[in-house]
Amino acid sequence: MARVTIPIGPQHPALKEPERFMVTVEGETIVDADVRIGHIHRGLEKLFEQRTYLQNIHITERICGICSFTHSTNFCQATEYILGVEPPRRGLYLRTLMNEFERIHSHLLWLGVAGHEMGFDTLLMWSWDDRERILDLFEDITGNRVTHAFNTIGGVRRDITDAQIQRILHTMDIMEERTKAYIQVGLNEQTILKRTQGVGILTTADAKRLCAVGPRLRASNVKYDVRKNDPYAAYGELPFEVITSDTLDVHGQLVVRALELLECVKMCRYMVQNLPAGEIRVKVPRKVPPGEAISRTEAPRGEDIHYLRSNGTDKPERLKVRAPTLANILNVAHTLKGANIADIPLIVAGIDPCMGCMDRVLILDRDKESCKVMSAEQLREYSIEWYRKEAYR
Amino acid sequence: MFEKMVKLSRVKSPWVCHFNSGSCNGCDIEIIAALMPRFDAERFGVLLKGSPRHADVLLCTGPVTGQMKERLIKIYEQMPEPKFVVAFGECACTGAVYTGAYNVEGGIDKVIPVNAYVPGCPPKPEAILDGVVKLLTAFKESE
Repeated sequence: MARVTIPIGPQHPALKEPERFMVTVEGETIVDADVRIGHIHRGLEKLFEQRTYLQNIHITERICGICSFTHSTNFCQATEYILGVEPPRRGLYLRTLMNEFERIHSHLLWLGVAGHEMGFDTLLMWSWDDRERILDLFEDITGNRVTHAFNTIGGVRRDITDAQIQRILHTMDIMEERTKAYIQVGLNEQTILKRTQGVGILTTADAKRLCAVGPRLRASNVKYDVRKNDPYAAYGELPFEVITSDTLDVHGQLVVRALELLECVKMCRYMVQNLPAGEIRVKVPRKVPPGEAISRTEAPRGEDIHYLRSNGTDKPERLKVRAPTLANILNVAHTLKGANIADIPLIVAGIDPCMGCMDRVLILDRDKESCKVMSAEQLREYSIEWYRKEAYR
Repeated sequence: MFEKMVKLSRVKSPWVCHFNSGSCNGCDIEIIAALMPRFDAERFGVLLKGSPRHADVLLCTGPVTGQMKERLIKIYEQMPEPKFVVAFGECACTGAVYTGAYNVEGGIDKVIPVNAYVPGCPPKPEAILDGVVKLLTAFKESE
């Protein structure tokens, strides 16, 4: 059978974000896949060097709108390591609490997107409706739904009141009940089982070889979680389990995320019930002494690493960000091989890609079996010309 | 008569194509949140379409990056007339926090003409509904 190369993206109905896949197929089966990234590369790492530490908290939050809090936590932690300050325990608990809220909202978001990709839009509507409850809590506590400006170097910027704690506990009760319903749906609903079981299999050896992170790694039956293996903020004191699955496929990822939701609810409840009294932040100097630090956090999508080097001024000399999607995109290209064309969106959505985190042309014109490279300008003129003729046909 | 009908149907049910030209995803999830049960933009006839060829309104998020610039123009040219562009979010309006980054061109209006601006970082889903309604009202009143 003839091999055909299909370009998918950067703007494509099945993809929510700009990314580009060159997929070579034989009939319906994918034999080769290539990923092209960098479409929303904004040059942030260079920008960090031109801004002060306080300004950088806001920019790190805007690396990605979904895992915004993790990135700012990471940056603040790295700066605190260099400064040698430890935030007060109440500050650490509040920071951890927001991190877990973010995980709940991100996992619900993923559940909805995965439901949408498998043609189960009811699940999308349900889970996104429940996600609004978490966003309400965010708005209640920090004043904004998506970017919170809650973190600061040396702690957090706002305290929570007893009334807010009651509202959090009430929401957590609802979330627990809803999550249990989702787990029932995920384990029993035929639409989900038929569509996800055996799709996008990544073996344990491959997952380790390709350095997968986060739920994708845990779905490949590797028990690794930065929160447990290298506890940061208040995670060392919290009771929770690391969830793994031995099914290795997209269904395994769904189960891992759904069960993690329950763990998150458990942690949030523990944190607000055992919230230490005291200050929420310590004052820190604006200039950071020379030094370097690496900070790791477990973002909803996996391990997120920030490397910071300071030079004694109020601006960092270098800030390197390794977002989880960059680590995971490698195994997507691998898992796509041998899969069905119809499963591409589901496999890609499986790792919960977040291009905003990761990015910071090749135009191919297929002529029988050979590929010819055209510039974007040429191709645009070609397509406009082609469609102009099409109108008269 | 025919044109009047086309215009009426356009106002009653605008089809929207969403395009991310370098956004951090914050605006994108708020756009999808606006279509979800809580806000439900579909009750105004707003429908999210995958292809720009089907769309009346191009909803752009994020600043324009070097790589996406050409693609944004390409997408814009593919849309049928009359076309409208809404810049959604602070960075789509002006470039906001990314101003000064080497790969960022600035707001959407540096590359293609923009009809409406929705500021905010990110704007709340209510703001997107307000922006779309204002755009449609302006279109209805125009000749």
